[in-house]
Amino acid sequence: MSGDILYQINDLTKEYGGRRVLEVEQLEIRRGEILALVGPSGSGKSTLLRLLNFLESPSAGEILYEKARFADGQEMPLELRRRVTTVFQRPMLLERSVWDNVSFGLRLRGQRDNRQQIQAVLDDVGLAHLKRQRARTLSGGEAQRVVLARAMALKPEVLLLDEPTANLDPYNVRLIEGIVRGLNQVQETTLVLVTHNVFQAHRLAQRVAFLLEGKIIEIAKTQEFFDAPRDARTRAFVNGDMVY
Amino acid sequence: MYSDLTEIVLLSLKVSGTALLFSMLIGIPIGMLIGLKQFKGRKAVAALLYTGMGFPPVVIGLFVYLLLSRSGPLGSLNLSFIPTLFTPGAMILAQTIIAFPLVAGFTMAAVMGVDPHLRQQVMALGATRRQAAVTVLVEARMGVVVAVIAGFGSIISEVGAVMLVGGNIQGHTRVLTTAIVLETRKGDFSLALALGAILLGLAFIANLAMMRMQGRSFDE
Repeated sequence: MSGDILYQINDLTKEYGGRRVLEVEQLEIRRGEILALVGPSGSGKSTLLRLLNFLESPSAGEILYEKARFADGQEMPLELRRRVTTVFQRPMLLERSVWDNVSFGLRLRGQRDNRQQIQAVLDDVGLAHLKRQRARTLSGGEAQRVVLARAMALKPEVLLLDEPTANLDPYNVRLIEGIVRGLNQVQETTLVLVTHNVFQAHRLAQRVAFLLEGKIIEIAKTQEFFDAPRDARTRAFVNGDMVY
Repeated sequence: MYSDLTEIVLLSLKVSGTALLFSMLIGIPIGMLIGLKQFKGRKAVAALLYTGMGFPPVVIGLFVYLLLSRSGPLGSLNLSFIPTLFTPGAMILAQTIIAFPLVAGFTMAAVMGVDPHLRQQVMALGATRRQAAVTVLVEARMGVVVAVIAGFGSIISEVGAVMLVGGNIQGHTRVLTTAIVLETRKGDFSLALALGAILLGLAFIANLAMMRMQGRSFDE
């Protein structure tokens, strides 16, 4: 499944008000893979995701996306930025209908003649029957599926998922995991998944990285990561023994 | 009854409508800028804006009067785009200054009320900064329309400034509020009340029209 290198991260740091929250010496993300970022709260997972979406620039170091360089004070060209999108933990919906929410990203790109595409993604997430409903009246699970559909409609090269199933019931978790898996297998979307849930990382990812205090402690293929973690801290986290 | 009533009503709408338009053109972008952008002195600028909201219109009228009078800093320039005293242009300038802090201040509060994560999500969906700002403005539309309504309300019913800089000249700068003052002074209370009712009716219709921009929120 995994192909050529899509992201190459070198000596990346991110600081807020002089406080360093992320420090990644090196990380490669390959085209078409699912990489899970696990770790306790405040370990820098979400910060890394924002950097991978080019929403914030690094304090030092660089992110190479294909051949484009993203470093301190730089802004990524819009056409590259539009190849990546994020689904955040809290579904941020617009005060509009489900349909308008799902078509929103396409309209930002000036694509208005896209009815079939929107209908297809709404069918995929099982929400076609709610397309005229105000999006903010939906349940948590439905709202997260709308947000996912909105991202899917863009057919992104990379989809970044920040705790996409936190606080959802098992039915919606299974549904969303199925959609995510399908995106990776059918559309070969590269996925980076931030999750607290090690079981979810185990179910979905091909590689898992463990972050602690802003640093990548360990990164390995999923089976290896869970069966034989090299670092004692990774082992403690995986076994649920880590106190944080 | 007033023979030039239509003219007075139309001039009232023209002066206040134009002033509202100018205050929106200046006030909405400035309100958005203060609401969305982090910069040094932001709090002080917001405090100034809030102070401007409570500024007495008659003081603004006096300020504009001094500014536009022949010996004033603008009046002495004799430039074609600077309005002269006792013209509708001077009244529009005064009313724009009255409405501006209300439009900008309420717009600022409205956009600040939108979840900052929404802007991040919109950017993550591939919006340009401009598209993201417009999206936030649309999301804050309930508050932005209130800003416009507040601005309109402050100038359509205002009398002190238009009296000072307009002069209440019949057929030239007489508007509903100054006509009401005149009729009250003359002791024609029934006519003054009738003009007041027309003013209220106009404000009601204008506000109803503006509320339509808030969307479906009142029907839910």
